[in-house]
Amino acid sequence: MDSVITTAAKEINRDELEKLKRSATQKALFRRRAGKFALVIVNLAMSIFVLLPLLYAVSIAFMPSSELFTTEMNLIPGNPTLENFRQAMVKIPLNRFIVNSFFVAGCITFGQILSCSLAAFSFSFLDFKGKNLLFMVVMATMMIPGEATIISNYLTVSGLHWLDSYNVLIIPYLTSAMGIFLFRQFYKSFPISLYESARIDGCSNLRFIYSILIPLTKSAIGAMAVYTFINAWNMYMWPLLVTGSDRMRTVQIGIGMLDSVDSQSISMMIAGVVMIIIPSISVFIAGQRQLIRGMFSGAVKG
Amino acid sequence: MNIKTFVKKAGPYVYMVPAMAVFAVFLFFPFFKTIYLSLYKTNKMGQAKLYVGLLNYADLLNSPSFFNSLLVTAIFVVIVVSVSMLLGLIAAVLCSKTFPGIRIFSTAYALPMAIASSSAAMIFKIMLHPSIGIVNKILGFHINWISDPKYALACVALLTAWLNSGINFLYFSAGLSNIDETIYERASVDGANSIQRFFFLTLPGLSPIMFYTLVVNIIQAFQSFGQVKVLTQGGPGESTNLIVYSIYRDAFFNYRFGSAAAQSVLLFLIIMILTLCMFRLEKKGVSY
Repeated sequence: MDSVITTAAKEINRDELEKLKRSATQKALFRRRAGKFALVIVNLAMSIFVLLPLLYAVSIAFMPSSELFTTEMNLIPGNPTLENFRQAMVKIPLNRFIVNSFFVAGCITFGQILSCSLAAFSFSFLDFKGKNLLFMVVMATMMIPGEATIISNYLTVSGLHWLDSYNVLIIPYLTSAMGIFLFRQFYKSFPISLYESARIDGCSNLRFIYSILIPLTKSAIGAMAVYTFINAWNMYMWPLLVTGSDRMRTVQIGIGMLDSVDSQSISMMIAGVVMIIIPSISVFIAGQRQLIRGMFSGAVKG
Repeated sequence: MNIKTFVKKAGPYVYMVPAMAVFAVFLFFPFFKTIYLSLYKTNKMGQAKLYVGLLNYADLLNSPSFFNSLLVTAIFVVIVVSVSMLLGLIAAVLCSKTFPGIRIFSTAYALPMAIASSSAAMIFKIMLHPSIGIVNKILGFHINWISDPKYALACVALLTAWLNSGINFLYFSAGLSNIDETIYERASVDGANSIQRFFFLTLPGLSPIMFYTLVVNIIQAFQSFGQVKVLTQGGPGESTNLIVYSIYRDAFFNYRFGSAAAQSVLLFLIIMILTLCMFRLEKKGVSY
């Protein structure tokens, strides 16, 4: 390249060359900028398309009922109001539902992390008879869809008189095959000598998990926590079957009560929906990077 | 045997106890109980009363309603999987090069995965409302989307596709970032245009994750329930009576637990066979 430029430079004078160079770089720069700009525009259009249902919901939640019932375009509320949110809180015990959901999702998240990391620890650091068989069995459970067992589970818990209690919402979800798999995948990356030397130094198994494994697998735990919390918060079929009273309903079921009030209450219902979407979205946004890192650093490569 | 060796022997199993106890009570036991129930006629309390062998299955296979439910589910799965994978793929390709604001956009694309099917269904119910819904307003139609058997299934399917597109975006983004950048440079030196690059480099490079995503999507689509319950209740007629909804209705409205259990077993078999078939296919077709 250089030699071409120098020979060319001999023929045309320096100023012209300088000009040519500058205009070429400018053109390239312009083209790159235009490309980026176009990319941003396309992305903007696509993301508005994807988020349209959510944006629309937020807009309606702030819209007075009178504005909603027109045949004209009404994308943005003319006189935004918080009345819908207030109404939704009054019509149904939404506070209670939200507390229930937070409690249930929190317990499930904590329990899954605990039970899965204990099991994964045993699978990856300890030796025992039937280890591989047991692991296969755990993995095979991933093929059983929850819906295939839901009837028998319902009959079991109603036989135990557990219906309409926190137990019934939490206990069946206290472990997950995916969680065990995820943690084992992470633990596999630690050399077994780490465990052995800790043992020689007199570290007990539980202490090894607590003070070495857990700090080292924070990203897996974070991913697991975000994923589990969102799924537990969004649970629908099981709570629908096993909860019957306002005392125990979770948000997803409780919000359905707003659905059937009357047609005038559409904006109120959407306000309720927006309120219960906010926690899961916040957890997702806060934990998104953790989730992605945890999901893909262990699972996909293995 | 003294206590110390016993503790040493039992130790590894002790760590399994919490997980295995939950699996045993709420997964293995109900799984076998479902198979057991599917061979019986039950009373209203769901207790097995009369052994009927495979009669529940025979009844199902002779019932037009069950076949309709299978057919509807199949159509539903095809729409959901293709649309949600397409949405995820487009979004992932759009976010494959850096540009200002990429973090915000990728959060936006992944966001639907944080939303519950029931909440989303409520929002869609208003969007599809015949007189005040935004869909009719934008398109200038006066269609009653949800009460029209022609459109109801597509509506539920598109809603589900939207919900699933978020996680597909994440899968495809991870897949794209695993593709070696230099092959694109070499290809553009060789004069490949961007469409050629997409079809001959990007898609084959994505095929391992594409395959995994496909399996996950199909399994997930088969299990859809909340959106049907909220949006259409299986109707109009039985046009959106997906298999999980059909199980729910048989068990908890008609109290035919035996028949519902048989349907659950069939659902499990369908999912298992599909998964196994696809892993068999994968060994042949997917390039790594």
